[in-house]
Amino acid sequence: MTTSQRRVVVTGLGATTPVGGDVASTWEGLLIGRSGIRLIEDERYADLPVRFAGQVAVEPTEVLERAEARRLDRCQQLALVASREAWADAGAPEVDPERLGVVVATGIGGIVSLLEQNEILNTRGWTRVSPMSVPMLMPNGSAAWVGLDLGAKAGIHTPVSACASGAEAVAYGLEMIRSGRADVVVAGGTEACIHPITVASFAAMRALSTRNDEPERASRPYDKGRDGFVMGEGAGCLVLESEEHAAARGARVYAEVAGVGLTADGHHIAQPDPEGRGAKRAIAEALASAGAAPSDVIHVNAHATSTPQGDVAEATAIRAVLGSATDGVAVSGTKSMTGHLLGGAGAVESVAAVLALHHRVAPVTANLEDPDDEIGLDVVHGEARALRGGDAVVLNNSFGFGGHNVALVFRSA
Amino acid sequence: MSQEILEGLAAIVNEVAGTPVADITADKAFIDDLDIDSLSMVEVVMACEDKFGVSIPDGEVKNLKTVGDAVAYIEKAQA
Repeated sequence: MTTSQRRVVVTGLGATTPVGGDVASTWEGLLIGRSGIRLIEDERYADLPVRFAGQVAVEPTEVLERAEARRLDRCQQLALVASREAWADAGAPEVDPERLGVVVATGIGGIVSLLEQNEILNTRGWTRVSPMSVPMLMPNGSAAWVGLDLGAKAGIHTPVSACASGAEAVAYGLEMIRSGRADVVVAGGTEACIHPITVASFAAMRALSTRNDEPERASRPYDKGRDGFVMGEGAGCLVLESEEHAAARGARVYAEVAGVGLTADGHHIAQPDPEGRGAKRAIAEALASAGAAPSDVIHVNAHATSTPQGDVAEATAIRAVLGSATDGVAVSGTKSMTGHLLGGAGAVESVAAVLALHHRVAPVTANLEDPDDEIGLDVVHGEARALRGGDAVVLNNSFGFGGHNVALVFRSA
Repeated sequence: MSQEILEGLAAIVNEVAGTPVADITADKAFIDDLDIDSLSMVEVVMACEDKFGVSIPDGEVKNLKTVGDAVAYIEKAQA
C-alpha cells in the first residue's frame, strides 16, 4: 500500500454501547470512567460461573419501529441504530447508490435468533419456525439491512474475524474507496450474542472474568488483578468518504483514515503470540502505510481486553514498534467500561479513537488500581488526559481469536 | 363477513408489518397494499392458524390475495 492512493476521511460517527445509547453519551461516559457492566437479571445464568455482562444502555426496540425491530436479530437492530446515527451525523450525504458501499462486521451474527428458533422447533415443530430465521441468523444480515436502509449498491460486505471484525470492516471500507469501487462507505461492527450458551462457551475457555461480586470492576486492563474479559454487546459505525467527495459537499471531517495493517499470528487458535509478533507487524504496517513516525502517535486505543496474556502481548508489540516514543503516548483501554463488544469492538473503538483525536483528549482506563509491572505503557487512568495539538495520529488495535490482527491509524484532518 | 375475524386479522397484519389497523380493510391486497412480502405472509398465516384454530395449507395461501379472501377462508374453515 502506498500513500499516493485516494485519501479517505471520516465524516460521520454512530454508536450504541453499554455505556450509552449514542455517540455523545458513550463518549461522555468513556471520559469519566462510567462502567456499562452489570449483573444479568436472568435466572438462566444462576449456575454459570459468570453472571454479568455489558448490555446496551438503550434497548434498540426503544429506538426502532416495532414492526421493523421484530424482523431483525438484536445485532441487526443495533447495527441499524448505529448506522442511522452515523449517516445523520455525516449530514445524510447525497451519493450515487452505485458509489455507496456498506461493510458491517460481526463475530457471530444472529446466534440468539438461531437458538430461539431451535427452541421453537423442538417445542412446537417446524411449522412455527419463523420465515425470518435465515435473514436473522446470517452473519451478513446486519450489513444487508444497513445496505437496504441506505439503498447502497456499490457492494455490501461482512468481514468475520472474531474480535478484530469491526476494525477489519473499517479496513475493508478504506480499501473500497481507495480502489475506486465507492465514494462513500458506511463501515462498522455489531454484536449481540449475550446468552447462557455463549457465556458458558467463553467461560469454558477460561477467558472471562468471574468477578461476580463486583461487575463494574471486572474489566480491568493492565491491572494486576485482571482475570479475563467481560462480554459486551453493541455496535459502532463510521461514514468513510473520499476526500474529494467530502470536500465537494463541504462535509465536516473528523479525521483521515490514514493507514491499516492486517496480519495473522500463525501461532494458536485462541492464544496470542506471547511476544505479540503478529500484532507488532500489524502496527508497524499501519504506521508505515500512513507515512507516520512513532513520534507522530499521540494516543492508542488498545485492544486491552483485560486477559492476563493478551494485555502483555499487546503492550510488548506497541513498545516494540514505537520504541522510545512509547513513553509519550497516552494509551487507553476503553473495554474497561464497555466490556468486550467482540465483533463490534473494533468499530466502537475506532469511533472512540477518532473522537480522541478530534477533541484531543484520551479516555480513561477504568479499574486500573495496581498496574502490572510487565506492561510498560503510559496508561491513562484516574481521569481523561488532554492530548497535544498539531499534526498527529492515533492508533486503534484489534485482535481476534484465530490470530487476526488489525491496526488502524487515523490522522488529524 | 365476520367482524371479529377481520379485527383479529388486522391486529396480526399490524403486528407483522406495522400497517395502521384502520387501513386494513377487506378490499386491501396483502402484498400490493399492506407492506406484506412473501416472508411476512408466512408469518401472517402462522399467526392466523394459532389465533383462529384453523389450518391454512401452503397451496391455499396463493388464493388469499385480499384481507377479505383470508377472512372468508378462515370463516369457512372454522365452520
